Amino acid sequence: MTKQQANWSPYDNNGGSCVAIAGADYCVIAADTRMSTGYNILTRDYSKICKLADKCVMASSGFQADVRALQKQLAARHLIYQHQHNKQMSCPAMAQLLSNTLYYKRFFPYYSFNVLGGLDNEGKGCVFTYDAVGSYEKVGYSSQGSGSTLIMPFLDNQLKSPSPLLLPAQDAVTPLVEAEAIDLVKTVFASASERDIYTGDKLELVVVNAAGIRREYMELRKD
Amino acid sequence: MFRNQYDTDVTTWSPAGRLFQVEYAMEAVKQGSAAIGLRSKTHVVLGCVNKANSELSSHQKKIFKVDDHIGVAIAGLTADGRVLSRYMRNECINYSFTYESPLPVGRLVVQLADKAQVCTQRSWKRPYGVGLLVAGLDESGAHLYYNCPSGNYFEYQAFAIGSRSQAAKTYLERRFENFTDSSRDDLVKDAIMAIRETLQGETLKSSICTIAVVGVGEPFHALDQGTVQQIIDTFESAEEQEDPATEPDAATGQEAAAEQGTAADQGGSTDEGAAPMDI
Repeated sequence: MTKQQANWSPYDNNGGSCVAIAGADYCVIAADTRMSTGYNILTRDYSKICKLADKCVMASSGFQADVRALQKQLAARHLIYQHQHNKQMSCPAMAQLLSNTLYYKRFFPYYSFNVLGGLDNEGKGCVFTYDAVGSYEKVGYSSQGSGSTLIMPFLDNQLKSPSPLLLPAQDAVTPLVEAEAIDLVKTVFASASERDIYTGDKLELVVVNAAGIRREYMELRKD
Repeated sequence: MFRNQYDTDVTTWSPAGRLFQVEYAMEAVKQGSAAIGLRSKTHVVLGCVNKANSELSSHQKKIFKVDDHIGVAIAGLTADGRVLSRYMRNECINYSFTYESPLPVGRLVVQLADKAQVCTQRSWKRPYGVGLLVAGLDESGAHLYYNCPSGNYFEYQAFAIGSRSQAAKTYLERRFENFTDSSRDDLVKDAIMAIRETLQGETLKSSICTIAVVGVGEPFHALDQGTVQQIIDTFESAEEQEDPATEPDAATGQEAAAEQGTAADQGGSTDEGAAPMDI
């Protein structure tokens, strides 16, 4: 008598890649806009990026239904925070909230691989990277999603961040200027689209800096 | 209203069919500092008088943002008001989470009224001692509701609650027919004028009142002190001018203000002194 197996899965992987890079006074968060299932494309125009607070943006790849539920949950919690504290949540605060929200569903996780980017209270760029159950770390750059295995080594080569375990504590932010970081992100996605079938169509790039949040798009390979 | 043997519990009827505890709760609303509300077709304005316990303390917050499209002004036990605002905020957040659209104002006031009613029918509870003026915008237009401790609610074109609110009500009654088509700025001016009525002679300054607006394309927010003071200054300077023929520096509201010549003694003009307001 073999153990009964489930004949369906509550999860699906919609593919796609996300990247975030922190600078001295800016943060770049980017994701492709392709949504797939299996070997098919569902749409070429789906945004994986969500603005959570004034200076805090999240990009998530994985199962987009879970991603959407997670985004709504965080937005509602942010509204409550604003009512109680009369101000927006800072990026580090949102980072902790996201971690707690993910761990809350430790035994039926959000199938969502997140990178959180924005400015901290001093206006310096910060990036937080997560696994599906909320383990997180503040880093200078990160990538998640189907193309992350192709993207991460390239970012390591270009941006090598000091380990957060080193003493004395070293700044994680990249010395690159905003325009250089944007260029790097575009290059990285163009390369990932070549070999990862789930990454392509269009790149959505969000830049957070003292002036606010702005959005850019770039065409990627459609195959 | 005198003390009697039927007023100890909220669950005791009087022979005349009254619930005295509920009526006493409504008295608490009358003791709080004034709050007023008025609406046009596209905007709703709330105003309140900021009462501080002493010169050393800050004033109590009486106007709360409930959601982008709903705000509330309270009079009475402000602690009860704070708790009810938290409830309203929660309801709005949950509704828009589930339905991805803003909670219609009419629904919210019914929920609030039902919540108040529960407290009139439990021996271990007491009625909320706060009156709420709920201002909101939804698909069916701009709305102003008054929720009272009894669990009743009514929709109004304009209303005032709290101490000395009768003066404001008289002012509003005289002008409410024009409110539907008023512009946003005129509505704000009328709100400030109505607040002034409740001050009965005290100088009107932006530090003792708060004005909040919600309207089409304008999420609920309180006007900052500088803006309010500017508006106060415009119609005060119009009153100082004896001659209404001199150029008006802002909208027609001012000439009406000059004619009103209300009880407040601003500037030197004694000719404008009109009949004192009814209490």
